[in-house]
Amino acid sequence: MTVNRGDARVQARAGWLFVSPTLVILGLFLAVPVLMALWVSFTDWNGRGSPFQSGVGFVGADNYQELVGSEGGLTRSDFMTSMRNTFYFVILVVPLQTAFSLFLALVLNQRLLKAVGFFRTAFYFPSVVSSVAIGLVFLFLFSGGGVVNSMLEAVGIDGPTWFNDSRGLLHLAGDKVGLWSAADPPSALADGSFLGLSWWQWFSGPSVALSVIIGLVVWTTTGTFMLMFLAALQDLSVEVEEAARIDGANRWQVFRNVTLPHLRPTLLLVTTLGLIGTWQVFDQVYVMTQGGPGKTTLTPAFLSYFYAFENQKWGVAAAMAFVLFLIIFAMASFQRWVFRDRDEQELKRQTRRTNKLRGRALAEESR
Amino acid sequence: MSTTTPKPMVSNRAALVLFLGYAVLVIFSFVYLYPFFIQLTTSFKTNADAVDNPLSLVADPFSTAAFNRLFDTDFPLWFFNSVLVTVFVTAGRVFLDSLAGYALARIKFRGRSAVFTAILAVMAVPGVILLIPKFLVLNYIGIYDTYPALILPLLVDAAGVFIMKQFFESIPVAVEEAARMDGAGPFRTFWSVVLPMSRPALITITILSFQGSWNELPHFIIAAQNPDLNTLTKGVATLTSGQLGSGSQYPITMAAALLMTIPVALMFFIFQKYLVRGGSAGSVKG
Repeated sequence: MTVNRGDARVQARAGWLFVSPTLVILGLFLAVPVLMALWVSFTDWNGRGSPFQSGVGFVGADNYQELVGSEGGLTRSDFMTSMRNTFYFVILVVPLQTAFSLFLALVLNQRLLKAVGFFRTAFYFPSVVSSVAIGLVFLFLFSGGGVVNSMLEAVGIDGPTWFNDSRGLLHLAGDKVGLWSAADPPSALADGSFLGLSWWQWFSGPSVALSVIIGLVVWTTTGTFMLMFLAALQDLSVEVEEAARIDGANRWQVFRNVTLPHLRPTLLLVTTLGLIGTWQVFDQVYVMTQGGPGKTTLTPAFLSYFYAFENQKWGVAAAMAFVLFLIIFAMASFQRWVFRDRDEQELKRQTRRTNKLRGRALAEESR
Repeated sequence: MSTTTPKPMVSNRAALVLFLGYAVLVIFSFVYLYPFFIQLTTSFKTNADAVDNPLSLVADPFSTAAFNRLFDTDFPLWFFNSVLVTVFVTAGRVFLDSLAGYALARIKFRGRSAVFTAILAVMAVPGVILLIPKFLVLNYIGIYDTYPALILPLLVDAAGVFIMKQFFESIPVAVEEAARMDGAGPFRTFWSVVLPMSRPALITITILSFQGSWNELPHFIIAAQNPDLNTLTKGVATLTSGQLGSGSQYPITMAAALLMTIPVALMFFIFQKYLVRGGSAGSVKG
């Protein structure tokens, strides 16, 4: 088909016209805000009036200094507390959600299994429900005299008051095995400090309250990741696995040498999404704990919100958001590096392939 | 192919593996479904019953008191606000995402790949760090604390544009060319020829947008402070901190959680296959 110049002009105009609402909205509510916040992170703006008016002082990197520098005081210790909490959160949630989702996908992928649809639906359902509704349910489940404690009581265990319990799990574990007394921390750890927190505080582990949120997030996200693994497993032809079995490989060898390499791109995708998601926890903290007890569920995202909207320290809060952004970016890059480029190319190939398949399937149905 | 494939023989070992598989799945189903049954039955319990028998899946006595009390709060208003916002956001996303997706897939114009790259870049920005930035802009342009502030920033989503673009690229181009030969302009071709062929993709976007805006919380927190503009997520979250959240008032919070789950659950069960398909393309909540 020949395209004359008039047609090309019509096309060009239509193209820009079609994408302009999207560009305007994304620009106005994404690009511009990020630039404004970057400016605010270098000022002492207090939330009143415009951040560009003359009374607002430019303070250079002071806000960033307050987060990490020795003059930081309470702000720094709050920020570092949220970093510690999130660190424990991430290193527990990401492996757990990946392992559970892979495990469930492998179990569901067995050929002889019936009622796969029911189980898949059951595991995926929490992913579509509002985090507020789920938060409320968990507040009830884990309340002092709630469902979980009643279950524990039935087997003779006296459960903690989960959401009011700020004791760190590592502190408790060390106490249990006689390594230290949680009530009287060893001075070697309690006296030395790093970035505003004592070593004892750094090595607390997740608090009991944070552990419940960890469980909740693993519970809600596993379904989505399971679907991703299932889709990838269904790409793997049964013949390949069977051929390996006939060649004398046992179940474990097939899994190790055939299935797992096939799943590597999906593993990269799932762990990357997991890392990005876990650094951003906000909803659950807002609904269930507001950072308590004893600041053990503070996350950088919630802290940033709190400093801006409750404490009116907008500059510091904006600085927190940018530090968080850098961390997420660094994590995702590090992970790509760990999986290296040959896998990345394979990932690209596979996403392209699945997208093509998905599109074709959709097109087929519409006919 | 060989003609003498042996009949699949289920050995004892395979039967054991299968049995273990079912056992695992049943245990996990319990863990995944029990909380929702607890939510359902507790909302029909009295406060005393909820505290005394938290494990029980039978409300005894059966009571709708929690629902009555819930309707005395601003809950109906929150529900209305959520419906309003969700309808606008979903309509906006379905139309604007497919419009942009179509242009990026099919219309040749200078700068197209740059636009696409920009949209991909936007997808990579973590949503939570935008809370303060979005407030700054809403405040600056003077729509903070209004319905437009709740709706406008959610009106387009980069992931949706991406999904639509992928879809449009997969359908055969011949039909559109025929329409163009007949003198139809780009918008007419898009509206009357392409969109009617795109039902499955449009349904996917509809579900994802509905679910996304119905469940959205952080954006509503920073876009308004007037309680009259509370949506369900934000309003119900206040139930836990207000006087209703203290003590033993679990039936009312469970009733609220139940009612806000029902619309999404209905959508989920009716259109499950579309959601399952789109789920891996869209974003994942933390």
